[in-house]
Amino acid sequence: MTTKDIFITDKNLKYRKLKSNMVLIFCVFASILTVLPLLYIFFYTTASGFTHLSLDFLIQMPKPVGETGGGMANAIVGTLILIGLASVIGIPVGILSGIYVAEYSGGIFSNIVKFVTDVLSGTPSIIIGIFAYTVIVLTTGSFSALSGGFALGIIMIPTVTRITEEMLKLVPQSIREASLALGISRWRTTLNIVLKTALPGITTGILLAIARIAGETAPLLFTSFGNQFFSLSLDEPIASLPIQIYNYAKSPYTDWHQQAWAGAMVLVLLVFIINLIVRFFTKNKFSSDV
Amino acid sequence: MLDIIYEMFINSYPSRSQFGLSFIFSQDWDPVKDKFGALAFIYGTIVSSIIALIISLPVSLGVAIFLSEMAGKFLKTTIGFLVEILAAIPSIIFGFWGLFVLVPFMRNTVQPFLQSTLGFIPIFSGTNIGTGMLTAGIILAIMITPIISAISRDVIKAIPNSQREAAYALGATRWEAIRMALLNAKSGILGATVLGFGRAVGETMAVTMVIGNRAQISAGLFDPAYSMASVIANEFAEASKTIHVSALIEVGLLLFVVTFIINSLARLLIYTATKKYDTR
Repeated sequence: MTTKDIFITDKNLKYRKLKSNMVLIFCVFASILTVLPLLYIFFYTTASGFTHLSLDFLIQMPKPVGETGGGMANAIVGTLILIGLASVIGIPVGILSGIYVAEYSGGIFSNIVKFVTDVLSGTPSIIIGIFAYTVIVLTTGSFSALSGGFALGIIMIPTVTRITEEMLKLVPQSIREASLALGISRWRTTLNIVLKTALPGITTGILLAIARIAGETAPLLFTSFGNQFFSLSLDEPIASLPIQIYNYAKSPYTDWHQQAWAGAMVLVLLVFIINLIVRFFTKNKFSSDV
Repeated sequence: MLDIIYEMFINSYPSRSQFGLSFIFSQDWDPVKDKFGALAFIYGTIVSSIIALIISLPVSLGVAIFLSEMAGKFLKTTIGFLVEILAAIPSIIFGFWGLFVLVPFMRNTVQPFLQSTLGFIPIFSGTNIGTGMLTAGIILAIMITPIISAISRDVIKAIPNSQREAAYALGATRWEAIRMALLNAKSGILGATVLGFGRAVGETMAVTMVIGNRAQISAGLFDPAYSMASVIANEFAEASKTIHVSALIEVGLLLFVVTFIINSLARLLIYTATKKYDTR
């Protein structure tokens, strides 16, 4: 765009204004187009889930094909166990490496850590599943809850690391200096002062990470595998909501489809509520978790 | 991280030694006869991701412009929030919704329409079964739009306001001013696009449920296909022979290398793009 073609006749200006308006209308249209599928998916899932959701669904075991009723109690418990296992692995590692990058950075190594977490967060979850399979399933010789939790834990690490790092960077430098000036050693400062100040932010980050792994399916297919029965032991296959939805959705039975919709609704609500809580408490601090 | 590569490298050894390079260039995938070639999956992955990108890119750019340049505060936070939720919904839900809502819709409405109007173009011929390449592309497009638009929005926001004011002062219309901002943000937007592409390439569950799962290379967009991630998801737990498992792991290794390159590229682009205007 040169100055020459800006100062041309009125007729040209009309054309330019028209073009400008067309593009702006397209932008509004695009936004509607993006929001629409979301609302559609959300309400469709809630509506079809709601009609099939009952107390039985939450507390009963799956029934064999042909019998109506039954629920996904084992899958709900299984998902909770897997999330617990993943948190035990993912949260400490994530927070520690976040602290390292934020507090002790400067060297080449912290940049490498940063880059690796970025790449890891973009790695397809199914690859993490293969990794967990080769490391745990192949060595122990059976599918297990442990391997599923391990895979989910690795998926959690980049998110937690990232959030910890950003939250720690928000803590004013003067607080650190004040603590150090009082003669408190560096690790105590980091642990008791800096981390404590950043804790609310880190907690919401962890919630986001949990929301993400709660719905992960791909890595669980060949690690925790799925189980039609109730199981609490960590070295056996365990049921989980996403896998149960997947298996039921692929089946030819309407009854199972309805169960799957109810399960899907539970998952969507879980994710939605966690996001709402995070949003409410942080008020726009994380504009995107990518 | 290094361990991931190492494990996959070691465990795919039987397949690598037996098939060599022909693994990538052969499209026979027959577990019964122990013949494995991944070309059909590579093709399926790339084509479905490209379809997703073609659909998603203009829409995401529109959303990004709307959010950064046009919307008022209320709309900005509301739509921003909705877009973020869309990014957080588990992929299994997308797949499930795709299988029960989008697939019948494609089969009964979209595909017959495309066939009757554009049927003379070879890619729009074929049987209407609902599942297939196009459906997978559409689901992927819905899934990557939030990612691309969120990052593009941040990049466009990072462009200093003085640029826009200068454009207005020269008598530019609103679109012309926005276009100036877009030109400055182009490397960041490219980065966002590449990142979205990486996400589409690695997406597993939603694709598995709607792509049709048949290892073939076909020009028709309605024909069932297969992707790298889906074949792993479908066959890994059932693979009993060592050679089958190692072939699947090799597919995983390929997928990992591809996404690694894509992601590194994207991060580099976004990093340089946001760095440039960081001193505002």
